[in-house]
Amino acid sequence: MRNFVLAGLISTLLVACGTSVPLNDVPVVDATATSVTANSGAAGSGVQGGGVAPVDLGRASDQAPAPTESRLVYFDYDSFVVKPEFQSVIAAHARFLRAQPTRKVAIEGHTDERGGREYNLALGQKRAEAVREALSLLGVSSNQMEAVSFGKEKPVVTGSEEAAFAKNRRAEIRYP
Amino acid sequence: MMKRFFCYFLTCLICSPAFAQFRIEVSGVGLTQIPVVIAPFRGQEALPQKISEIIRADLERSGQFRVINSPAGAFDEASRPELTALRQAGADAFASGSATKLADGRIDVRFRLWDVVKGQDLGGRSFAVTSPDLRLAAHRVADDIYEKLTGDKGVFSTRIAYVTKAGQRYQLWVADADGENAQSALASPEPIISPAWSPDGNQLAYVSFESRKPVVYVHNVSTGKRRLIANFKGSNSAPAWSPDGNTLALTLSRDGGSQLFLLSAAGGEPRRLLQSPSIDTEPVYSPNGQHIYFVSDRGGTPQIYRTTASGQGVERVTFTGTYNISPVISQDGRWLAYISRVGGAYRLHLMNLAEGSVIAITDSAADESPSFSPNGKMLVYATQQQGREALMTTTLDGKVKARLSGQQGDIREPHWGPFFK
Repeated sequence: MRNFVLAGLISTLLVACGTSVPLNDVPVVDATATSVTANSGAAGSGVQGGGVAPVDLGRASDQAPAPTESRLVYFDYDSFVVKPEFQSVIAAHARFLRAQPTRKVAIEGHTDERGGREYNLALGQKRAEAVREALSLLGVSSNQMEAVSFGKEKPVVTGSEEAAFAKNRRAEIRYP
Repeated sequence: MMKRFFCYFLTCLICSPAFAQFRIEVSGVGLTQIPVVIAPFRGQEALPQKISEIIRADLERSGQFRVINSPAGAFDEASRPELTALRQAGADAFASGSATKLADGRIDVRFRLWDVVKGQDLGGRSFAVTSPDLRLAAHRVADDIYEKLTGDKGVFSTRIAYVTKAGQRYQLWVADADGENAQSALASPEPIISPAWSPDGNQLAYVSFESRKPVVYVHNVSTGKRRLIANFKGSNSAPAWSPDGNTLALTLSRDGGSQLFLLSAAGGEPRRLLQSPSIDTEPVYSPNGQHIYFVSDRGGTPQIYRTTASGQGVERVTFTGTYNISPVISQDGRWLAYISRVGGAYRLHLMNLAEGSVIAITDSAADESPSFSPNGKMLVYATQQQGREALMTTTLDGKVKARLSGQQGDIREPHWGPFFK
């Protein structure tokens, strides 16, 4: 099993080396893989878009499936504390990641829409890092984890009332 | 009562149908505006762009001018205006000109400006441009008129970068300072935030989420060539150029927490600017390059602080309110613009740095991302209007505001570019 995983990883790396495009495709759970396209704008313009074609490296088929447990941790307003009710979610992912030490995980922090984009990015980062710390305390290697933030850029619910805000203040645990 | 009436009168005047297309809002009294006549340019009826209307909109948006209707008659740059009649109409200055098709297809735009009070010819200029550059020629004329009458450089021929979101499509645009003539620099299915012009006006640094995390690109707008300059573990965000264009200050979380770093504009290994257990983000250089202003929650709430360009010492700059973010400094170093939360509303504020005094420039609810015009006399910022994200320009006293035209949908993240060299 371990060899399989290694072989899969190596072939993935080889494919990555063989492309001429410097951007790795990051498999996306909720998005269709549309490409970043150039748009030349008005004729005679001096401004031209730069295009980037994403490359699909496919999925390794020999990986154990990620836990079916919820991948969402919600936070209170202006808070970065992982609430006790989400400990079981964290524990399930920690068990999985300890058993699969080659698996990587991304922890993505999000905020509600109030306030500035960059400051919200920093707040979302704090939430992602709180979940990363909780996983780390349960023995997950820091090499397996990356905490990143989307700030307020990716709400799951639109709306300017507390119900929407509460759904958007979250960290998502995602397996690439 | 009288005051209120006067204010109402002014608003009506400026919002009358002839002005409606510019959507300029005027509030408050005590405006000192130069009354000026911009005569219709001879020959402009045959052109797709009405040069005198572009000039008029530019001058009015600046807040420094009150454009008076032109007297009857046809004028061009050779006309000698009826000074007595213009004085009676209350005009201090008069501009007229022409637009003539040349044999090679270009258009020769000429103008002349008169000081009506002194009866003096203030000179003029001519520009031979191709049809797509007609708006630019009009902005250049407006810049000349602005400079001759106020003594400050005009900013109408500069450019503004901003981001639109339409459905799941994000686009980074470069537009004229009036929001028109927008050209797409980048389109992406993932968010783009925090565009920042390089001091030479050739490149934009910005944060892109195209690889499912925030990374920083530097993008040459004329060639479309982009360089991935910060893609470290964690989040990479908030790029800001040093005034010499050699260094980018930015926020990285690679060592944990959102922390400030400096990175050569050529790329390479980042150097830590500050070390703190708190959030430090949104760095911005002072125009003299000596200081870096930034946002930190080290005091418990987000406030604006500053340190030196090498990270020596930290002093707090904002003391009022519990949420002060997105600092920007005017070119002359006199003003700090930022967003402050007041009773749940996020509003553009301006601090006189020498005195520490602060005024709210807007009474809106969701302002973001202020940016100074390169002459330091205006600001552009993002806000919400009728449930849509929109861009506004304002004078520093907040008395004259205009919604930037040109784009449908949600418009955000403006950054005003430098003067063209």
